[in-house]
Amino acid sequence: MAFDLFLLEVVISGLMTGVMYALVALGFVLIFKASGVFNFAQGVLALFAALALYDFLAEDGWFFAVFGFTLPVWLAIPATALIMILLAWVIERAVLRFLVKQEEIILFMATIGLAFVLEGLGDLLFGSDVKPLDIGIPQGASDWLLDNFNLYVEKLEIVAAATAAVLVTALAIFFQKTRVGRALRAVADDHQAALSVGISLDKIWVIVWSVSGIVALVAGIMWGSKSGVQFSLSLIALKALPVLILGGFTSVPGAIVGGLIIGVGEKVAEVYVGPLVGGAIENWFAYVLALGFLLFRPQGLFGERIIERV
Amino acid sequence: MFYRENGQFKSSYSADQAIFPIAQDRVFVIGILLVAFCVVPFVINEYWANAILIPLLVYALAGLGLNILTGYCGQVSLGTGAFMAVGAYASFKLVGFFPEVNYLILIFVSGLVTAAVGVVFGLPSLRIKGFYLAVATLAAQFFLIWLFNKVGWFYDHSPTGMITVRPIDFFGVRVTGPEATPAAKYLFTLAIIATLTLTAKNIVRGRVGRSWMAIRDMDIAAELIGIKPLQAKLSAFAVSSFYIGVAGALYFGVYLGSAEPLEAFDINQSFYVLFIIIIGGLGSILGAFLGAAFIVLLPILMKNLMVGGFGVASGTAGHVEILLLGALIIFFLIVEPHGLARLWQITKEKLRLWPFPH
Amino acid sequence: MNLRKLTGVAVAAVLALPMFASHANAYELVIPTLDYRTGPYAPNGIPLANAYSDYINLLNERDGGIEGVKIKHVDCETGYNTKKGVECYENIKNTAPSRALAIQPFSTGITYQLIPKSAVDEIPIFSMGYGRTSAANGKVFPWVFNFPATYWSQATALVQYIADQEGGMASLKGKKIYLVYHNSAYGKEPIRTLEALAEKYGFEYRGLPVDHPGQEQKATWLQIRKERPDWVLMWGWGVMNQVAIKEAASIRFPMDRFIGVWWSGSENDVLPAGDAADGYLSGAFHAAGGDFALHDDIRKHVYDKGMGAGDRDRIGEVLYNRGLVAVMWTVEAIRNAMKIHGTKEVTPAMVRDGFESLEVDEARLAELGLKDFTYGIKITCENHEGPGRVAVQQWDAKAKKWSMVSKFYDPLREITAPLIEEDSMAYAKENNVTPRTCS
Repeated sequence: MAFDLFLLEVVISGLMTGVMYALVALGFVLIFKASGVFNFAQGVLALFAALALYDFLAEDGWFFAVFGFTLPVWLAIPATALIMILLAWVIERAVLRFLVKQEEIILFMATIGLAFVLEGLGDLLFGSDVKPLDIGIPQGASDWLLDNFNLYVEKLEIVAAATAAVLVTALAIFFQKTRVGRALRAVADDHQAALSVGISLDKIWVIVWSVSGIVALVAGIMWGSKSGVQFSLSLIALKALPVLILGGFTSVPGAIVGGLIIGVGEKVAEVYVGPLVGGAIENWFAYVLALGFLLFRPQGLFGERIIERV
Repeated sequence: MFYRENGQFKSSYSADQAIFPIAQDRVFVIGILLVAFCVVPFVINEYWANAILIPLLVYALAGLGLNILTGYCGQVSLGTGAFMAVGAYASFKLVGFFPEVNYLILIFVSGLVTAAVGVVFGLPSLRIKGFYLAVATLAAQFFLIWLFNKVGWFYDHSPTGMITVRPIDFFGVRVTGPEATPAAKYLFTLAIIATLTLTAKNIVRGRVGRSWMAIRDMDIAAELIGIKPLQAKLSAFAVSSFYIGVAGALYFGVYLGSAEPLEAFDINQSFYVLFIIIIGGLGSILGAFLGAAFIVLLPILMKNLMVGGFGVASGTAGHVEILLLGALIIFFLIVEPHGLARLWQITKEKLRLWPFPH
Repeated sequence: MNLRKLTGVAVAAVLALPMFASHANAYELVIPTLDYRTGPYAPNGIPLANAYSDYINLLNERDGGIEGVKIKHVDCETGYNTKKGVECYENIKNTAPSRALAIQPFSTGITYQLIPKSAVDEIPIFSMGYGRTSAANGKVFPWVFNFPATYWSQATALVQYIADQEGGMASLKGKKIYLVYHNSAYGKEPIRTLEALAEKYGFEYRGLPVDHPGQEQKATWLQIRKERPDWVLMWGWGVMNQVAIKEAASIRFPMDRFIGVWWSGSENDVLPAGDAADGYLSGAFHAAGGDFALHDDIRKHVYDKGMGAGDRDRIGEVLYNRGLVAVMWTVEAIRNAMKIHGTKEVTPAMVRDGFESLEVDEARLAELGLKDFTYGIKITCENHEGPGRVAVQQWDAKAKKWSMVSKFYDPLREITAPLIEEDSMAYAKENNVTPRTCS
């Protein structure tokens, strides 16, 4: 195999992995943008969504136990989305509304508490076994590319990339063109000004948590199809953090671009530098890469410029 | 009625600036110290030492260290686990090199090593702020742990990368390993922590501590009144890392006895210590202790209540425990976002008036 | 107000603590377990814990305990976390009336943590096939048992299997054997052995670490795709296994040249990969499947009475059987201790003696309802590892079944013995342990 082809393969794999990270990072960005909350529970949200989805599909779930039938995939996904919206509403009612105007770090801590609650709840409701999630996404390498070009690309990741593209386009339209989207942007710019023109903060928070719950569902489906749905799914949030700093906490395109840079960077480093130093460097390399970018742009690539006044 | 300062007059500045200007506080703290030093060692058993009190003290010390950085100087750090690892590995190597040197000195040196490492990883703080800095300190977290796991020299080339503490005598009394008595381990930890707490209290109310707080409250304003951000931030990183390093050395040597970097010092450890100071109260010495008590003791209490008291299956209890812990964290944040230390202060205010609230 | 409430809760909880100490009149044998039904490794911890609980229930229901003495099962949830493990250990070790008779940590980290304590607390540790490999040296570690086979023995067995497929040890020369490992103490265990083997037999070895939890292994498998090793070994755990098997399938690495350690060979690991996992191999020292006489007894005496710990149809999964064999050997050691010391009220120290002269041969296995389930073992004072034999099993994705595809290989002791000697002596020196003499 030609050397360059392998490099291409590494880069493509990195890009694809980057998209998978970006899917998780997107959920963070949405919430941070609209409410300034660094939502630590995003990973657990993805796990919870995947667990709920599995429950609708499987015969050993609650849904089957109560109703005696399982849902087809095209119904189960909207049903799970509904659950996520319900969850967003509950979170707003039970947690967020009491913490309006608190410092960032306090809200951050509250989302950690939330992550614990969801983790315990998920385990109690659905059990902690590995649940194979199969919603018909093709698995394995793309045979056509492998046979004709000797190029290895994972089918699941092609699907993930396409989904991410659709998702980002949809989010962009939602933010730019719809009334709610405009309200969201107004809130992100200035809470008080938005309130004064009659935008309801409660409602906006429910909406933005719902949207990021649905993004979490997409991330949960992609990662869950890859490894089975299990507790470890919630740990992917850690992989999204360097993406987040690199792209900027408030930028949707930043999450995607950041994801791609981190994905490619860590794969190339691991494959070409890893063997020289003993391997398993991709975890810290992602952070060092992000740190390098930060030294030049302290607010991330696409983050809003921080203006400080005395 | 009992907590009232009428009649306590101060006739000198030094009396007014004492750590505990109110007599009742003094009595209370001295009372606690007396109990901790003179009563507890006689009644302590292995369970209370190894499972409750030593982890409580060690985490309180780590919390104290992080609180200096995050609570007083406003720099959010998620590298605590790695800095604890630096302290632990430094003490492990130092004990190997200088077995005859007093353990206390080696722990102190381990703290200094950690402080140096902390300063290096604190450099980005001069440019990066807020959550961006928090995630940047994760670079330290992942890199250092990788290093300790990868380079054989750090773990004396043991086949698994695990480090195990050697049996160490402190003035003839065994303080590490399984043969150390619970009382010896406990007293050793307690003495270090009591001393360092007193030191911390004095640092934060002095000039250095005030410069940290100025940076925290508004760094540009602080710079305008003549505080050098470079000095203030890096000194906060140094002092904080020193405390965390000592905590790490004790965590490995006295508490766990053996450790592997990816499990004992992983990112969860960093979060754990951060929880402690947020729940306890940012920018409060007492907060680190209250927070550690909350995070260390509460799960054990809940488990013992559920499994021992109500006979819940241990697996289910595990799930319920984490659920309840999360719910309690949210509950306390809603009740008092500034932490348990603030709650304690409010209680004291109320006590001043009690039982006549008007 | 809130503070008062909190104090109330605390007081109530402290009062609840003494409820632990039971005041049973009859003597009971305390078998504790450190379970993990929570956390990232819960899917593996659950079947292990279920098997323990089921077997103890079976003995209590069917035989009234061990030789008529009831067993008291004390479990504690660790979440595979060392710190919680410490709390659990301190909590259960002195459980009345017999104290903990033997500790089975089911975690490398917790095992390392407890090894120095075992001699002082005088409680034997039975780290069945995991933990510190050099604990096989009974002279240095009188209180630790890691039979039936260590990771190092297993590494030599897997290499022998490879040699058999390639046509003899001589044909290993020039072959490439790679190791994909969980980047932790556990995963690093086989490295020294494989390096020694590579040197002796002339194959090329390379280790590829995967960080916990291991959901992202693209870089690792791209390297394998590029360098095309002849065989890949895996020391994986948890989600890492499932992802690795999928990735291997994606790069079209032949599954029958991909061998996992025995912790990477359960239903949990292969099922998410579906048909792609067909032909995947793993080490094993006991059979899979739920149709042994013992399983029938468990169904009859435990599950039919509604006392089963898990799902009835998951009896016989690999990790369930692993839990069964672990508790079976523990119980046999206790039985042996009763025999040696001529009392039914055994203590942990007596159980240590029971472990040290334990012999469970094929005939005894048959009596226990486990005919051909595993091989016979015999433990001696010097050798706490026992026979160290390992076979290879293969996954059939259609039938969803594991089946043995090789004989049990004896370990290459000329490789492992010096390594064990070196590591255990280093421990002895560091911790001022004088190796005892066995005769």
